[in-house]
Amino acid sequence: MSDAMHQTSTPKLATRLLQNRVYRSIVRHGPFDTNRNRSLAVFSNFFLHIHPVKVRLRAIAFTRTFYLGGLSAASYLILVVTGVFLMFYYHPSVPRAYEDMKDLQYAVYMGPFLRNLHRWAAHAMVALVFLHMVRVFFAGAYRPPREFNWVIGVVLFVLTVLLSYTGYLLPWDQLAFWGVTVGTNMADAMPVLGPPTKFLLLGGTAVSENALLRFYVLHCVVLPLFLVVLVSVHIWRIRKDGGIYLGSPGGEGSTPNAQGPTPTAAAAPEAPRP
Amino acid sequence: MDLVDDLQLPLGDRERTRRAFLAAVGVAAVGVAGFGTGVTAVRFLQPEVLFEAPTRFRVGRPEDIPAGTLVVLPEQRVYLLRTPAGFVAMTAVCTHLGCLTRYEAENDIIFCPCHGSRFATDGSVVNGPAPLPLPRLALSLDNGLLVVDTAVTVSRDTVLAA
Repeated sequence: MSDAMHQTSTPKLATRLLQNRVYRSIVRHGPFDTNRNRSLAVFSNFFLHIHPVKVRLRAIAFTRTFYLGGLSAASYLILVVTGVFLMFYYHPSVPRAYEDMKDLQYAVYMGPFLRNLHRWAAHAMVALVFLHMVRVFFAGAYRPPREFNWVIGVVLFVLTVLLSYTGYLLPWDQLAFWGVTVGTNMADAMPVLGPPTKFLLLGGTAVSENALLRFYVLHCVVLPLFLVVLVSVHIWRIRKDGGIYLGSPGGEGSTPNAQGPTPTAAAAPEAPRP
Repeated sequence: MDLVDDLQLPLGDRERTRRAFLAAVGVAAVGVAGFGTGVTAVRFLQPEVLFEAPTRFRVGRPEDIPAGTLVVLPEQRVYLLRTPAGFVAMTAVCTHLGCLTRYEAENDIIFCPCHGSRFATDGSVVNGPAPLPLPRLALSLDNGLLVVDTAVTVSRDTVLAA
């Protein structure tokens, strides 16, 4: 690398901070003075490498995606942070659950703020995920090679709704109790699998302390883990398919850096033979 | 099927290498273990003991209930009705999606607050969305006391003679 050249042109403090051995062991690319280093900054960074190295201006225009996927992910981040804070005061037992919810609302410092933020972010996430799906649908962004990513997206939507539903029981108020009674009876109406599903969900025959604990574990551990794994795959596949969808493959405005032949390209009708 | 050494290639049509055979055995073993883990995990989540209220309980002496009254037992989610013909026990759980109904004495109607189903006091549906009438529950006399079992439903014309 051309370290010597930079040392002459950069101020001494910056040189000491950015050229020492510890910093260079963490950040292994040079200063942002060449396209190569600017690219390295993205793809040698764990958090940024979900982005393509270069992004077209067309792809980040607000009106293309309305940033709905990113906003859904941001809502999830808010929900994880506020949710972990709420967990410090909440016991998933009867009748503590309801009392703890009331304590959070009236006694805990910043409790109402955290609880309301958790609630509003949950509502926002359901709406944003839905709008994200609508946007993807009308843009045709589910088309090959992205069909399976649409399927992952549908599963993510179901997980979002399940997270919302399992969180619904945790305040243990009348709305929660009867909401979950109704919901588990809907599962019960399923042929053959219905009754065992309801029994497993509730850990009994009626909404009780077992059900509260089960919904708590699903809400705080199981469903968030599945969601994180699937979101990772979801974003990774967007990256592998050449970033944000810009048009049909091979067509006008398509992504030239999409990898590999696509099923539609392979299945395209052959040109009429002379 | 003969197993042959990798070095004795090429293989005949019905031969396979030891490596391929052991790989298949390994995949099958992992598959069996995974299936067993799944079945065990689901079984683990089925409680062996439930700390729920008993389904069979005593209501009281029949002579304490005047004819034409409907006794509401919200804890057990049961209505006990004394008709001219005799006693009838009926669930208070709505047949739509399982909410607890309530008896409105001023209208003499059973009403579900969740989705607005209404039932007559004999359990028949007045208006939906409830798809079925409220089922009657097993009712018996034990040492002069009325005993209800919410786990046992009986036919809609069952009446315990007074």
